[in-house]
Amino acid sequence: MTIRTMPRPAVAPARSAPDALVLPSGSTVPGRAAGYPLRREGPAKLTGAAKYTDDLVFPGAWYGITIRSTEPRARLIGIELDPDVDWSGVVVVTAADIPGENIVSSIKDDQPVLVPVGGEIRHHAEPVALLAAPDQATIRRLRIHIRLLTERLPAVFDPEQSDHVFAQYEIGSGDLEAGFAAADVVLEGEYRVGHQEQLYIENNAMIAVPFEDGGMAVHGSLQCPYYVHKAMQKALGLSSSQARVVQAETGGGFGGKEDYPSILALHAALLAMKCGRPVRMIYDRHEDLAATTKRHPAIIRHRTGIKADGTLVAQDIEVVMDGGAYCTLTPVVLSRGALHSGGPYRCPNVRIRARATRTNTPPNGAFRGFGAPQVEFAAETHLNRLAERLGLSPAEIRRRNAYEPGDVTPTGQVLRESVAAQDVLRLAVEASEFERVRSATVGAARERRGSGSVPAGPLRSESARTASGIGLALGWHGAGFTGSGENHIGSVASVELTGDGRIRVLIGSTEMGQGTNTIFPLMVSGELGLAADAIDMAPVDTALVPDSGPTVASRTAMVVGGLCINAARRLRAEVEARNEGRPFAEVYQDDAARHGPTRIDQRFEPYPGIDFDDKTYRGDAYPAFGWAACVVMLDVDLDTGEVAVREVVAVDDVGRVLHPILCEGQVEGGTLQAIGYATIEEIKLDDGRYLNDRLATYLIPTALDAPAMTTILVEAPFSGAPHGAKGVGELPMDVGAPAVVAAIHDALGVWITELPATPERILAALEAARSAAAGAA
Amino acid sequence: MSSIRFLVNGAPAEVEVPGMRRLLDVLREELGLTGTKEGCGEGECGACSVLLDGQVVDSCLVPMAQVDGRIVRTVEGLTLAVRERGALDTLQETFLEYGAAQCGICTPGMLMAARAYLDAGGSPDHELIREAIAGNLCRCTGYQKIVEAIAAVAAGDRE
Repeated sequence: MTIRTMPRPAVAPARSAPDALVLPSGSTVPGRAAGYPLRREGPAKLTGAAKYTDDLVFPGAWYGITIRSTEPRARLIGIELDPDVDWSGVVVVTAADIPGENIVSSIKDDQPVLVPVGGEIRHHAEPVALLAAPDQATIRRLRIHIRLLTERLPAVFDPEQSDHVFAQYEIGSGDLEAGFAAADVVLEGEYRVGHQEQLYIENNAMIAVPFEDGGMAVHGSLQCPYYVHKAMQKALGLSSSQARVVQAETGGGFGGKEDYPSILALHAALLAMKCGRPVRMIYDRHEDLAATTKRHPAIIRHRTGIKADGTLVAQDIEVVMDGGAYCTLTPVVLSRGALHSGGPYRCPNVRIRARATRTNTPPNGAFRGFGAPQVEFAAETHLNRLAERLGLSPAEIRRRNAYEPGDVTPTGQVLRESVAAQDVLRLAVEASEFERVRSATVGAARERRGSGSVPAGPLRSESARTASGIGLALGWHGAGFTGSGENHIGSVASVELTGDGRIRVLIGSTEMGQGTNTIFPLMVSGELGLAADAIDMAPVDTALVPDSGPTVASRTAMVVGGLCINAARRLRAEVEARNEGRPFAEVYQDDAARHGPTRIDQRFEPYPGIDFDDKTYRGDAYPAFGWAACVVMLDVDLDTGEVAVREVVAVDDVGRVLHPILCEGQVEGGTLQAIGYATIEEIKLDDGRYLNDRLATYLIPTALDAPAMTTILVEAPFSGAPHGAKGVGELPMDVGAPAVVAAIHDALGVWITELPATPERILAALEAARSAAAGAA
Repeated sequence: MSSIRFLVNGAPAEVEVPGMRRLLDVLREELGLTGTKEGCGEGECGACSVLLDGQVVDSCLVPMAQVDGRIVRTVEGLTLAVRERGALDTLQETFLEYGAAQCGICTPGMLMAARAYLDAGGSPDHELIREAIAGNLCRCTGYQKIVEAIAAVAAGDRE
């Protein structure tokens, strides 16, 4: 691992970039990251003591399950309980039992908690009724005796055939026609990506606990406690103080526990209200795969004009996303997708048209990258095809077009600072010896072609059963929320000097493996001149912590971390001021004894100089961007078409590295998810139902499928955040897939334009290339 | 119902359960050993890995009828040797230092697979380690730091 700190931007930013965060020394990581604290909840996780939702014990709790639709679209005529079965001693909940509005609170409020009788079922596996019983045997016995009476309605599965648009955007700059007129080459291409499952290893899980005063607590695996809190108020008719959300240890999220826990919490709470006891709803893997959100499938079309010297002059881009049956987060996923669709490249004449429509599949939602991995796969693959056409190296075409400080994006955003596209590109090319390796793979491909073909494949020779390739991708990821999202939610984070002389951080941001519990004490302790272990993290419980906004969009370290640093600075100033200016570390415990607790609530204030118009899509779409490059080296089996990714070099500019081990872990994990997306992760559908809805059939990479990874972290700080951090979670997800596809092309000479690049698609592309060559000859 | 006696983490256990009840459920529910996790319930993810007579098995696929008279070791048993000093064992400590646990849900199973590999005299060779943990899915780490941690223990860097 290497950390490179970039020089200040060449174009002087309006504000000066911040100084490096002061990290405390004397902590406990040995070796290469000496001085950094160990993962705070690590010992609990490593000994089995950490309590995930299914590990929590609530005496007398019942078990709850969901009765789901088995059709993609239908009218619900009735719900029939078999009259020959004894229903006493259990509870059944339908839409008629919902005390508040039958709505799962989200952007558009179009999704019911349960489909009401007379209402419309809009997707397979949609929740219609709920059943709770004291034991699981009773549940298993009774669930088959609840029958849904329905009348089938026609369903839509092709997002381009749907007449219901969830959201659409058009972004433009320059003069598109003039741009194409000035181009030497114009290239069109269409790219497709399918669903991807987050596949956190802990399934969605929630336990609802009713209180005698009519209140309700839910304990669950979740990313966004205040999303659930809001949903509970709306559907259950509870006041803010009657609804309480507590996060249990969370076994991965990746976006899959951003919006889905809201509906699950409502289901558990409705059953708990009716039976008057705690109710456990712990999904099994099959239900989690069949019913919860996935990454949006997309169709992306590019028409690009380029000069013979490799300068981009026109980009006309169309993005169509499949939202599934309900809106959920689709408008914001599409927005991020549209804004990233041109890739990290300067182009004076751009038109981006994006729309997302409704289909009759389960709703698609958040997944690491949030719309960007889809469009950046298309943008990078298209750029590689342009490079091929012009006879330029993939690295060279990127050097000629990648953003530099002072460049302007299609929304008119001037990239004033923290622009490290060229840096990550250079470092990735150097570390992987990209040009040297590529000349070897290209030479080998030429020899294979010269050796003639054998029946198994056009490139297979007697001596070569596999072909090696190297591929490169460059990407960008807008840091934090899109547009004015952060201004709208006005997050709050708190730092408290407690009455007994401890420092406590109170945030609604969750730990789900990425390191929140470890980096916040680090950030706050640095400001207060204390050791990290002097800082406590308050449990994530809406009865205790403020709404720091959702744990999404790689915003936690950057935005909420920035709030906590500013809160700590204010706390320090206040305590030092009433103690004759003596250092905080010396006086804080006496101060607490004399003055009692001091709590600083820090509310988000807009980053100065950052302005975006949500209506016209003009201005600063993001306060800053993170930049990433990825080089993939792989082998393709020429008989089977199987891809084996051998090595990856990942270079990511995260603004400021807060904890090298955790940061590197984010890059490695995100990179492997991207490789899975590129090679094996695919959902097959039949009549709107996910066919491979088990872990035996939905595959993710194992340790044997994972490459050896070299991570290089770059620091080009963002001056709006006190520590300069821009976030890391999503960045590596954007670049892995196009790098894999580029490497497949390098090995085989064929472009895979639809993800994943399965053996079937690779063999079909080889066959098509052979037919084309035979036809030409 | 049948009475099944076995040794779990060095202590004798006796349960009165149907012979087809899963070992995973008995560990979590009857014995309160919730360190062993369920990820898929069909032997694909390895989150429920435990050692049965020293062999790594998916406890979601093991019926109790097969456990009678045998020795079960779970993540809670890893600290047995070092319990008196209240510490993690070398493997756990190395996982912690190397950043091999993120969300932690695969970690107990991963540790048991690693323990079996190391107890069988496994070498620091990365490919062999990857083979040994190929039945344990992790979605957070990309496996890099897990492999490095196991290799460090195998190499004796940490003993």
